[in-house]
Amino acid sequence: MVILMNEDKIVCRCEDITLKELRDMIADGYTRLDEIKRALRLGMGPCQGDICLEIAAREICRMTDKKMEDIKMPSKRPPVAGIKMSELVGDNQNEK
Amino acid sequence: MKNKAEIVIIGGGVIGASIAYSLADKGMKDIVVLEKNYIASGSTGSCGAGIRQQWGTKMNCILSKKSMEIFENLNEILKVKRDIELKQGGYLLLAYSEKEFKQFKENIKLQNSIGIPSQLLTVKEAKEIVPQLNGEGIKGATYCPTDGHINPFRVNQAYVEAARRKSVQFYTYTSAQDIITQNNEIKSVVTDRGVIETNKVVNAAGGFSKEVSLMAGIDIPTKSERHQILVTEQVNPILKPMVMSFSYNIYCQQIPDGSFVMGYGDPDEQYSHNIKSSWQFLEEMAKKATYLLPFLKDIRVIRQWAGLYNITPDAQPILDASDELKGFFMAVGFSGHGFMIAPFTGVLMAEMILGEKLSMNIKLDLKRFEHDRLILEPSVV
Ligand SMILES: Cc1cc2nc3c(=O)[nH]c(=O)nc-3n(C[C@H](O)[C@H](O)[C@H](O)COP(=O)(O)OP(=O)(O)OC[C@H]3O[C@@H](n4cnc5c(N)ncnc54)[C@H](O)[C@@H]3O)c2cc1C
Ligand code: FES
Repeated sequence: MVILMNEDKIVCRCEDITLKELRDMIADGYTRLDEIKRALRLGMGPCQGDICLEIAAREICRMTDKKMEDIKMPSKRPPVAGIKMSELVGDNQNEK
Repeated sequence: MKNKAEIVIIGGGVIGASIAYSLADKGMKDIVVLEKNYIASGSTGSCGAGIRQQWGTKMNCILSKKSMEIFENLNEILKVKRDIELKQGGYLLLAYSEKEFKQFKENIKLQNSIGIPSQLLTVKEAKEIVPQLNGEGIKGATYCPTDGHINPFRVNQAYVEAARRKSVQFYTYTSAQDIITQNNEIKSVVTDRGVIETNKVVNAAGGFSKEVSLMAGIDIPTKSERHQILVTEQVNPILKPMVMSFSYNIYCQQIPDGSFVMGYGDPDEQYSHNIKSSWQFLEEMAKKATYLLPFLKDIRVIRQWAGLYNITPDAQPILDASDELKGFFMAVGFSGHGFMIAPFTGVLMAEMILGEKLSMNIKLDLKRFEHDRLILEPSVV
């Protein structure tokens, strides 16, 4: 497994979270993705955590004795990502 | 797991954590908190996290003002590692009828009398604070600049971490399944991971307050009801205060990360533990929000979710010690506004549990429902 060394590296681009912030959480005993997601907002951006949750899962495994298969991926919220309010009210005037 | 404790608190939401911290801070030892899921997994983690002091009864004004004073200093009090992200952008409350505006005038008098810096505004003045506001139909408004928003996970976790440093034991993924009693006294709490002997239990189970009370053989008039909420993409700061209306039934706030959080209460919602999101909510919410704040039209919704309000017949919490069962305490039924009063609730409950004189006179007893002494708070959503 590749170990990321640069702790200033951004692990969640949507929410601007660094590897150091992630590692601090895990070191404080937060070893479930649901908890980390809520406390750091990691994985809560528009991409719904496609990449960063995987990175976080790997870090948890690296820092604890957990294995990837022990880690529960948070449930995805309903697929509303990216719908404009105007589309929801059925007002298409501002739409191309 | 421990098999004995001085007290067992059921529920690791903001209320359970705040009570645990206050008890430990007052020197109580051997405190156990049971959380069937993870910290902030219940209503606390799904809440809008708005905090306001603009209430219509003196008791609620004091509860929320005292809590705000604690929130303002919580980073230092709890020596937090991660900032609780307090934003005091104010709350702008809108009145849509003369009757509602008249009530607002009364409220402001009351709030000012105990030092809450709220003020009455004309529609024009309201639009100075929120220029994008659609003023149609608005009769007037009130504004309190020190109301705002806080990160609910951070607050919950901060209380947990501070309580842990004072030796409180939190058992997550551990659910209370039964409360064993004998001659009106508590003997133990049965969990899915073993039995804990104790004489004191606190019911801080949020949406499951009724179920936990029934474990102890005590029926309480709380019901749970789904409330939905959504969050948008992040944009530059444009909306300073929380905008809220009781009669138009909406709240909308831009939180520090730049996204908008908004919700409304569905009058047709059935009592249940259902927390599924619905498509109808999105449509109705978008209608309401874009009417009030038309600029929201161009902003994208990125997530929606739902949580439980734990409601009592008068929409005010029950903070009480049971008359029937010695050592059984309740901090439940927050009816959609438990987050904002959690800090001071923790202090009051700790005083009650330790038999100290309460630092505020509250009448949030269970018996009020039997005797029809309901609290008439005019300003709830
Ligand atoms: C959509 C929405 C918006 C809201 N907005 C606001 C707002 O803007 N401002 C505000 O002040 N309030 C708001 N609220 C209300 C607020 O969320 C609650 O009043 C507050 O979080 C209650 O905290 P609690 O600790 O009592 O409940 P919870 O956070 O639900 O904690 C109770 C915990 O008990 C656990 N539990 C239950 N049964 C058991 C058992 N048998 N064994 C072990 N553990 C158990 C649960 O898992 C849960 O974690 C909102 C609520 C919702 C749903
Ligand atoms: S990168 Fe983390 S949510 Fe998008």
